[in-house]
Amino acid sequence: MNTVDYVIYAFLAINITFNLLGSIALHRFPDVYTRLHGATKCTTFGTIFAVLAVVVHSLYRLDVTGDPKYLQMTLHSVVALIALLLTNPTGAHAIAKAAHLSGVKPVKAVIDAYEGKLGGGEE
Amino acid sequence: MIEPVFFYSALIIMVGAFIAVLRVLLGPTVPDRVVGVDTLNTLVVAGMVLLGAAYDRTIYIDIAIVYALLSYIGTLAIARYMQGGLK
Repeated sequence: MNTVDYVIYAFLAINITFNLLGSIALHRFPDVYTRLHGATKCTTFGTIFAVLAVVVHSLYRLDVTGDPKYLQMTLHSVVALIALLLTNPTGAHAIAKAAHLSGVKPVKAVIDAYEGKLGGGEE
Repeated sequence: MIEPVFFYSALIIMVGAFIAVLRVLLGPTVPDRVVGVDTLNTLVVAGMVLLGAAYDRTIYIDIAIVYALLSYIGTLAIARYMQGGLK
């Protein structure tokens, strides 16, 4: 057990905590908009720390063994993280707008600022 | 050379993925099910990256990249269909 192991354990603990919180948020919130809020934010944050743990692990293995396979693993993990960070909020926005346009109303909402501003079926 | 920490982390993340599948099965409206599928996709990508580190295979991480982009396209197609047809 050295310092790198403790850093990897801390990153993996944050990853597990936030990913499980994101999937529990799907069952604890009342309507689709709050579920989208909890699930998207928590799973994106947890996946950032999963990729950070893999990056630390593979950079340490690259330092120990000198195998260029581990450099490739680092770079591809970062590319996967960038793809997820670009696509996840965009998909969540598209789901929220489509849910509002298809007639699902927010539960217990006092002010619905989108009401009447979006035409049905048009962009 | 398997790293047990990454393997068990991926196992616990798959438990979270099963909880997301429950929302897909139970969801009262169609957008609820789509939110469940979106969460499931993100968790599967995280699990694939962790399994790639566990089994020392870079090809798993490449498949995670392709899966993230394809699931994004699928989510966008379902969202366009829900808001009034694929036009």
